[in-house]
Amino acid sequence: MMLMLHSLPFLWQGLLVTLHVSALVVVISLVLGVVLGVGLSFGPWWVVWPVRLYSDMIRGLPLLVLIYSVYYMLPLTGWSVPSFWAAVSALAAFQTAHVIEVTRGAVQSIPHGQHEAGKAIGLGFGQRMIYVVMPQALRRFLPPWINTVVSTVQGSALVSLVGIVDLMFSIQQVIGRTFKPMPLYILGALIYFAINYALSLTSRALEARFAYIRE
Amino acid sequence: MPISVSDDPSTNPLVKVRQLTKAFGINQVLKGVDLDVPKGSVVSIIGASGSGKTTLLRCVNLLESYDGGPIQVDGIEVGYRAGGTPRSERELARIRADIGMVFQLFNLFPHLTATENVMLGLRKVRRMAKAEARATAEHWLARVGLDDKLNSLPIELSGGQQQRVGIARAVAMNPKVLLLDEITSALDPELVGEVLKVVRSLAEDGVTMILVTHEMSFARDVSSRVVFMDGGKVAVQGTSREVFGALAQHERLRNFLARIELKEV
Amino acid sequence: MNYHLNYYFIWKYFGRLGWGLVVSLELAIVSILIGCLIGLTLAVVSHGARRPVRILVGAYVEFVRNVPLLLLVYLVFYGIPSVGGFAYSATTSFVMTLSLYAGAYLVEVFRAGLAAIPKGLIDAGRAIGLTPWQRVLYVRLPSMFRIVLPSLGNAFISLFKDTSLATVLAVPELTFGANWIYTNTFRIVEVYTVVAPMYLITGFVLLFGLRRLEHRFAIRRR
Repeated sequence: MMLMLHSLPFLWQGLLVTLHVSALVVVISLVLGVVLGVGLSFGPWWVVWPVRLYSDMIRGLPLLVLIYSVYYMLPLTGWSVPSFWAAVSALAAFQTAHVIEVTRGAVQSIPHGQHEAGKAIGLGFGQRMIYVVMPQALRRFLPPWINTVVSTVQGSALVSLVGIVDLMFSIQQVIGRTFKPMPLYILGALIYFAINYALSLTSRALEARFAYIRE
Repeated sequence: MPISVSDDPSTNPLVKVRQLTKAFGINQVLKGVDLDVPKGSVVSIIGASGSGKTTLLRCVNLLESYDGGPIQVDGIEVGYRAGGTPRSERELARIRADIGMVFQLFNLFPHLTATENVMLGLRKVRRMAKAEARATAEHWLARVGLDDKLNSLPIELSGGQQQRVGIARAVAMNPKVLLLDEITSALDPELVGEVLKVVRSLAEDGVTMILVTHEMSFARDVSSRVVFMDGGKVAVQGTSREVFGALAQHERLRNFLARIELKEV
Repeated sequence: MNYHLNYYFIWKYFGRLGWGLVVSLELAIVSILIGCLIGLTLAVVSHGARRPVRILVGAYVEFVRNVPLLLLVYLVFYGIPSVGGFAYSATTSFVMTLSLYAGAYLVEVFRAGLAAIPKGLIDAGRAIGLTPWQRVLYVRLPSMFRIVLPSLGNAFISLFKDTSLATVLAVPELTFGANWIYTNTFRIVEVYTVVAPMYLITGFVLLFGLRRLEHRFAIRRR
């Protein structure tokens, strides 16, 4: 157990990288995912079909396959992208597909009657979106979106396999020097657990709080 | 093809429907409906499900588009412009602002309190200042008997209370005509009375209304005119007394009323 | 870009991909079966059990769901043998890990499924005189199966994708086969333009089969 305490400083840098990667991916996937998700829900066919295709294909692949593909294929295009950004792009592409689905689910689950009630009092399309749809969609969006944040943190562990020195990689490094895998794995598990469990609890609390939005 | 006719509103009925047709795919739901709704009158539309009565109502405020026959509200063709082209969303929004609708399933905005539900249209469509909108909303909520529920969310209200908020929301906009789509059908029987009481008092105040309803005794008491629809057309129409009295000789109407009366017993 | 597509190597080594896919499916099938056993047992046990039991089950579920699968894979394969003294093969280790992973997720699925059985059905069973055990066999389990079928199917497809992590233990599944071909031929584009569709098509076939099964069996809850 002293070992666990001594190794903490070495893991700290790795943890920062994990958080950095996760934060980047969360932000990118949030922006792209919501925009494309709204486009998927309300847009013309030439928006809907490509987004649908993208979302279905990306979610049909294992994340690891996606990371390997992007990591090894990107250099071939002549673009010299540092491995960090290759890994982040792959993870971001993956999560964007999920955020698209969460957005679509949130927006399309709003009963048709809400749109009609908005129309009936004379609200135009934009006004209906702002005052009726979005407030309700937001409350339906947040809990599942936080779950995608958890899955991002989980997925970030895979970037260790393409050489990014994140928390997972740091754990392996320390084990390589000390030859005692179990304490390190337990410690790593606890750190990941702390982060993700906190997020999960937040998601569940929000879901309970917003239950009044669902009939 | 629908035509846009601007008649003089003072002598004409407030809502004028001529030869209205509407098909959902191959299903011809409305087969040429004529209807006049004079200002200040209450028109009840009755009929079996599938007779097209709800579709007719929803065409008046363009929640459903219609194929043929003009629908005019206060002289303005609702669905199409002068040249025959369909109206844009923005034009429709402006027209809908003057037509009120109360829904069978209430459709209250769940994230807003009762007062905010009523205020939304006043502020964003009528462009009232916040204080004025709030005062108007509270006035109408008191009028429907909910002055103790001003800050309640829809989930905290009973069905009857929610529906009364729905009525307040529609009436607060000061519409030219109020459309009521089977507003008591989704309510538990003991809550129906409070809603009908509100509708009756609005009728007494001279609000022009078109009701689609299954409540026969209510339709009989409150309406100036009753319209019986069958198979997409108006089968029988007249004053309330006529339709429930002499005209009940009409076979389809008699069968329909017989089935309903059994249930009302 | 001076890269000339040459699929020869893919055809030459296709066995690694084809058999890799089979191994992936096998891993997924075994894991979901064991996972179901774990999940169903724990769901039944924690249904109306005392608080300590429910907390224990909850701890297992929360731990497994909030820790990256990769870490769990390493922990089981490298960590446990180092303190336990025994060893097992990579495949065994991975299947154990994936089963535990599946089990944690499925506990929730089965718990929700059990709770969703309409009370009326159980009352009907009582009314015709079935014993408690008969009610379990003939009313609860069949109903629950129909209710959880969609979730089970989705879990299976998800597990199939998660088998790609077996690569890190050198288990010869599809992703490992892909990487092997890459490290021996450097034909990355050819490899992944074949492997990615293999995952996608298998996924769609599974999804299609799942929908057919649902139509046949599942109760659609609105």
